[in-house]
Amino acid sequence: MTDGGESRLSSRRTVLLIAPAVLLIGTFMLVPMLIALAYSFMTADPYGGVTLPFTLDAYTQIFYQRDFDGTPVYSNDYLFIILRSVWLAVATTLICLALGLPLAWYIVCQSKARQVVLLFLVTLPFWINTLIRTYCWVLILRSEGLSNHLLLHLGIIADPLPFLYNDGAILLGLVYTFLPFMVLPIYANMERIEPLSIEAAFDLYAGRIAVFRRIVWPLTRPGVIVGVMLVFAPALGSFLAPDLLGGGKKLLIGSLIQMQFTSSRNWPFGAALSIIITIAVLLPLVFWPRLVGKGGHKP
Amino acid sequence: MMSSLRRAETNGGPASSADTPDMIQIRAARKVFSVSGAGATAALDSIDLSIRDNEFFSLLGPSGCGKTTLLRLLAGLESLTSGEIFIKGRNVAGLPPQNRPVNTVFQSYALFPHMTVAQNVAFGLEMLGVPKAEIAARVEQCLDMVRLNGLADRATPHLSGGQQQRVALARALAPRPEVLLLDEPLSALDLKLRKEMQGELKRLQRETGITFILVTHDQEEALAMSDRIAVMRNGRVLQLGTPEDVYDNPSCCFVADFIGETNLIPGSVLGRSNDLTITVRPENVRLIEANAASGRLFGTVESVKFLGLDTLYEVAVAQKVTVRARVRDTRRRFSSGASVIIDWPAEAERELRQ
Repeated sequence: MTDGGESRLSSRRTVLLIAPAVLLIGTFMLVPMLIALAYSFMTADPYGGVTLPFTLDAYTQIFYQRDFDGTPVYSNDYLFIILRSVWLAVATTLICLALGLPLAWYIVCQSKARQVVLLFLVTLPFWINTLIRTYCWVLILRSEGLSNHLLLHLGIIADPLPFLYNDGAILLGLVYTFLPFMVLPIYANMERIEPLSIEAAFDLYAGRIAVFRRIVWPLTRPGVIVGVMLVFAPALGSFLAPDLLGGGKKLLIGSLIQMQFTSSRNWPFGAALSIIITIAVLLPLVFWPRLVGKGGHKP
Repeated sequence: MMSSLRRAETNGGPASSADTPDMIQIRAARKVFSVSGAGATAALDSIDLSIRDNEFFSLLGPSGCGKTTLLRLLAGLESLTSGEIFIKGRNVAGLPPQNRPVNTVFQSYALFPHMTVAQNVAFGLEMLGVPKAEIAARVEQCLDMVRLNGLADRATPHLSGGQQQRVALARALAPRPEVLLLDEPLSALDLKLRKEMQGELKRLQRETGITFILVTHDQEEALAMSDRIAVMRNGRVLQLGTPEDVYDNPSCCFVADFIGETNLIPGSVLGRSNDLTITVRPENVRLIEANAASGRLFGTVESVKFLGLDTLYEVAVAQKVTVRARVRDTRRRFSSGASVIIDWPAEAERELRQ
């Protein structure tokens, strides 16, 4: 780095190398986000799309609904939808974490050849369309479905159980869809832990819990952070599982947004809701790593 | 300050008398790694060893001889197939590593990458529930002992190999174990550093009074540091003794050849029984001019290597048999192709059965 020319060259190379990615993200992510932000401050066109003037209506609509005569009335319907969506996304993330941690650990403990097979199995669902996979759950869970048939046949239950169209079914679908996103980053971090450092910890009088708390967990934490983000963000905006497995009876924010752009034709409101969940995802993304990062340096 | 690190019950000084109590007893130890399908061979077989308190003991042998397996058995990282191991008179069968008064310095050091030097050294003490103030004092003391005082807050991955080695040593010594197990601790270091650490290890063993068990394939290292050496091959102990004993009275051809340099001469060449091999160290072999009256063997000088202090001659004495002679007398140089008579004093040779 003493040679100015060389460092200039390397910086120019850096720019060239990251340019395609920056261009791609800029064009296809930032610009749509900015459009959504702009739409959220505009007025809904009755035939779809947006018109002027600029207004905060879309945001006030979250708390105030217009009565028949046009007077705004306070309503927390949408707030509950948002809170319920956040709660389901948090639950999905926690369940994925509880299942993903031991699963990743189990895979890491296998021989290299078996690890390849198991990782392939984890990623196998990616090869089939999510819509189709979610429909499969409908077939398994519905009253005349596989699970009820089996239970009836075995004489465990007398009448079909309502597995489908409730929060449990939504949760199941979400966990099923996003579990690989938790397992893979955790595995990637665990795989780099030297088995000898675990033996060294045992040798230095650490029990199993201490080995996990002091060695495995700190070295796995970066993967857990990535996994939590990869699961939480899409789970919050998901509408496939809530619609198909939840029956769309109780709205979640993902379905709500989707409706605004299709049947309801209220683009500004859909855009405003999108902005709100983007912020809901970004906030922990910004603060959480900093919080846990600090904890990690404590002796 | 150093003496405070000494274990309370030791009386100091190296153990050599026979009445020193045994720190470790290994009886009929056998270890077979289960390999599915293929016929499993024993990694260790009929090992009987007693290692004394306060001793610097080496397990010496080529790679694959089972020395590291034996070390891991002592640490509790492997379990015996059959046999018994006693540490301080206590049968340690089924005792996990965290319950054994034994610490290990691993070959690749196995430092905790997410902890600083001081945190690494403190780990064992924290696990033992030592009070915080005492931990700080002992960490400082241990870092002092391995001469790393300035590096307490460094991250371990950025240290040099030699420094990581010292951290591993300090970390294993900090809990004051009864026994310190060292698995080829110096093999990753360059020659100069290795020599320096040999002295350092010896000094640490004397200062702490802890029983050291060193695994190594480097015979020079074992000779230089150990009170006693067990030479191992194919999962068995071939010979057990002091460095002098093993060097001067090898029990078999393998030990004679593995420890130091030696000539292995078939008995038939010397007119003795066919199933005998005679071993004699090159430094004990004399070369005499061919017209001299007495000697053991006639030969032709094949090569001459001047080594500074000594000159190394390779002398062909029979078909496919060469004898090496390390001669200090540089004035009587023989050149390549010269006929010589080879001789050695009777007490310098050993007869080994094959």
